[in-house]
Amino acid sequence: MKNPKNTSDALEKAMNAVFALCGFLAVAFVLMITAFLVISGVPAIGEIGITDFLFGRVWASTAAEPQYGILSFILTSVYGTAGAIVIGVPIGLMCAVYLAKMSDGKNAGIVRTAVDLLSGIPSVVYGLLGMIIIVPLVREAFNLPDGANLFSAIIVLAVMILPSVISVSETAIKAVPKEYEEASLALGATKTETVFRVVVPAAKSGILTAVVLGIGRAIGEAMAVMMVAGNVANMPRLFRSVRFLTTAVASEMSYSSGLQRQALFSIALVLFMFILIINLILNLVVKRGEKNE
Amino acid sequence: MKKFMTMLLAVGISAAALAGCGGTAGTTNGATQTVSTDGSTSMEKVIGYLSEAYMAENSGAKITYNPTGSGSGIQAVSEGRCDIGLSSRDLKPEEAETLDATVIAIDGIAMIVNPQNPVSDLTIEQIGKLYTGEIANWSEVGGGDAPVVLIGREAASGTRDGFESITGTEDACKYTQELTSTGDVVQTVSTNPNAIGYASLASVKESVKLLSVEGITPTTETIQNGTYKIQRDFVFVTPKNKELSEAAQSFMDYATSEAADEMIEKAGAVPIKR
Repeated sequence: MKNPKNTSDALEKAMNAVFALCGFLAVAFVLMITAFLVISGVPAIGEIGITDFLFGRVWASTAAEPQYGILSFILTSVYGTAGAIVIGVPIGLMCAVYLAKMSDGKNAGIVRTAVDLLSGIPSVVYGLLGMIIIVPLVREAFNLPDGANLFSAIIVLAVMILPSVISVSETAIKAVPKEYEEASLALGATKTETVFRVVVPAAKSGILTAVVLGIGRAIGEAMAVMMVAGNVANMPRLFRSVRFLTTAVASEMSYSSGLQRQALFSIALVLFMFILIINLILNLVVKRGEKNE
Repeated sequence: MKKFMTMLLAVGISAAALAGCGGTAGTTNGATQTVSTDGSTSMEKVIGYLSEAYMAENSGAKITYNPTGSGSGIQAVSEGRCDIGLSSRDLKPEEAETLDATVIAIDGIAMIVNPQNPVSDLTIEQIGKLYTGEIANWSEVGGGDAPVVLIGREAASGTRDGFESITGTEDACKYTQELTSTGDVVQTVSTNPNAIGYASLASVKESVKLLSVEGITPTTETIQNGTYKIQRDFVFVTPKNKELSEAAQSFMDYATSEAADEMIEKAGAVPIKR
């Protein structure tokens, strides 16, 4: 005896399992990557010594007596990201204010399309433009022998983080209740005062989320940075050729072997830790924002 | 229960992935049609082009390549772990006692500067001093009063290895930029008036100025007759006392034949003179 209800129940159950499987597949990938990075990254750190690895100032992986210190890469990534945030966030935030509050529909449409396009441009194109336009420009503007340095990388990164900063801040600003703004305007505040004293503070947690997302994008970028930063393992200075954590892995991976290769995995592990921490902060910021509302 | 099952699945997948990564790409000497090569990373492109063309013609054959470095390749062939060792340096006397070296191509490394740079000739000694930072201003080698910008390749590059070993600047170069491709080097030198760089002769373009070294301009001819100094041989290393397998001999015959010249040129190297 066949019961139609039973077959549909079975189908429901089967589909449930399929959905759950697909859901957990994402988790599986994260676990796999984590496990892989830890397993392949830890041995070299052990062999080199964690202090020598994290705080060593010299990276000479192919020298007769190799040295594997990545302090310069870590500091470069931190400074580069900080620089990109300092330049990119104010521009992105003000663009978001313009989109959400100041513009009429037509202009906003044009700007928004441009921002969307900006986020779709592959990073190698940013790198190429940086290499052909920004690097020579920086060289001439600051009268340097060479323009491939931390400063050029910061400029490229600042442009690259704009789309995520703009779209997330815009959403946050739009979510501020209209009453706040109206009350401020009714009390005689100008539009600019209202934006900076009322709207932006009210959208604080959303804007912080945008900043953290920007940090994540900037610290993980490899291709564009590799083409404009010069890639020499120097301690970072604004007008000096530098190597980021990402480019350190990317530029040597193809032909490395032995301890050198393992050390590259260790660098990837350090980078992964950075991104993990950034994501934890992001979660914290978002949760706190929800609590306040 | 459901949770437990998915966890188990996740662990299973990651374990499988890790096991896959741990596997070693062993040399397969057993199969008659497989030719295993092992050695110089600089020869990657040459071997890539040669084996691709060879395998297209001989459908049964399979050429494997293990990029380990010239020293490891020579050791591998002397221990019988591969059919043909690949070396981008000549054999040492003690190695030559048991091994044969066959030059299949020559790697010519061109020195390039910006077209605005008045310098057109350098000695190898000058190039070495420039790259180690001993000479930091172009005026010391006959150029204008401007700082020297040293463009090089990343540490793992075969061109860098070749350049540094010929100019005697191993691990001593004070690079301004380390780029990951020949194209990037040419591009950067073409946009910076103070830059000097090195690249395989085949990839030098109109946008940069080719330097002569010790008075000799690098051309296919000056590289073949050895007068241009910044060059090195790409060598197939084979055991003296043991015959090559049929497949290996056939691949070697192809690589040294005139038919291979086109592929060698495509790979950016200079074919040997016949």
